[in-house]
Amino acid sequence: MSQEKSTIPDDRSSLARPTVAVTLAPALVRLFPGSALRVEVPAATVGEMIDTLECRWPGMRDRLRDSTPRIRRHINIFVDGERATLATRLAPGTEIFVLTAISGG
Amino acid sequence: MAHKVIILIGTKKGAFLMEGDDSRRAWALRGPFCETWPLNHVIADPVNSTIYAAGGNEWFGPAVWKSSDLGATWSHSSENLVYPAGEDPIKSVWSLAPGKGCLYAGVEPAGLFRSDDEGQTWRHLAGLRKHPSRPDWQPGGGGLILHSIVLHPDDERRLWVAISAAGVFHTANGGETWDPRNRGTRADFLPEGQNYPDYGQCVHGLVMAPGSPERLYQQNHCGMYRSDDGGSQWTSIEAGLPSSFGFPVAVHPRDPATLYLVPLNGDVSGRYVPDGNAAVWRSRDSGETWQALRDGLPQGNVFFGVLRQAIASDGLEPAGIYFGTNTGALFASDDEGDSWTCIAEHLPPIYSVETLVVEA
Repeated sequence: MSQEKSTIPDDRSSLARPTVAVTLAPALVRLFPGSALRVEVPAATVGEMIDTLECRWPGMRDRLRDSTPRIRRHINIFVDGERATLATRLAPGTEIFVLTAISGG
Repeated sequence: MAHKVIILIGTKKGAFLMEGDDSRRAWALRGPFCETWPLNHVIADPVNSTIYAAGGNEWFGPAVWKSSDLGATWSHSSENLVYPAGEDPIKSVWSLAPGKGCLYAGVEPAGLFRSDDEGQTWRHLAGLRKHPSRPDWQPGGGGLILHSIVLHPDDERRLWVAISAAGVFHTANGGETWDPRNRGTRADFLPEGQNYPDYGQCVHGLVMAPGSPERLYQQNHCGMYRSDDGGSQWTSIEAGLPSSFGFPVAVHPRDPATLYLVPLNGDVSGRYVPDGNAAVWRSRDSGETWQALRDGLPQGNVFFGVLRQAIASDGLEPAGIYFGTNTGALFASDDEGDSWTCIAEHLPPIYSVETLVVEA
């Protein structure tokens, strides 16, 4: 398990998307060997961000999003300090925090 | 040939493995595994000794964990372990059963999945949830859960599942279509005169007698039952038991007439062992008569229960019997239940107990 900043390159389709910075919950990182606490990904929405994380670490999407689809009930994703949905749009350089809710332990 | 006996323990906070030798007198505990996820069922495929752990994490949802090296390393997956978009999502995996080259998983809300690649990807056997009774299925205290999967040993197309509280269902075509198999089992929680419906019973545990695939036993919320025709008709075998209520049931590994229960004091009475005295109840005659087994079990001021998947036997001679409590104690018998030893205390609440015997 690495907790360093990830610099894994993305596929060509990602080039048009803004790059955003994502901080992942430690409990999530522990589930995916090789993942990192802080990553930069190309994504225009929170849903795309999760899809990009899934490409890097298969299975991570299921841990963050249910089949409704929506962000899991006890996962909080904050974008610029506000709780987000899958449709929340992301601007270049946005700071995103993926946190485990206090209600879920 | 020397053996290693591994007790597979699913708890509210992860999986544990308790290992002993042929003597079954000295045990060593390993764990917790699986990142302390709540795990409803931990099993092993006896063909290749792969261990699987089923559960659901409040943060991260349902998954099946897998270890191919007796617990040294673990991975997890829930790929395609999903219902269609818009339906209530799967909350947790409740039960596992290894088939011939496949693995079945029962989930909450109740449904059945199959994996043909050792738990990496899953396929929904949608026929069960297409049964016309499904709109009437009601959750029990543990949720609307598919907690028991029973496979026919010789016919891969035949299997039984048990759902709380929808009852027992059977398929003869690999899961395409299903029939309720609840005739003769009571639903005391329904109005008088409606206590024997076709479905909707609160079955708590379902097992098959060894070497006798048409013989099934079930512990129900409302009684204990035996069927000798694959569940088409059930007969009450609760006479002689201290209570009609309980969760777990286990069969002897070789004798189809021997089974084990842990009756509790009732659904509105705390769900403890009756009178504060722990006992496993054994029948040697298919449920006609019962014997309380108390030697080595705590007597007086005992207020634990045993949950639906928390009793199991091993395949050794004489058979070992094991059960875990919702207060985190694990008891073992190396003489078919005649005497007991507490081999672990202070574990998290125990949800399931299974066994694996491998060559030492």
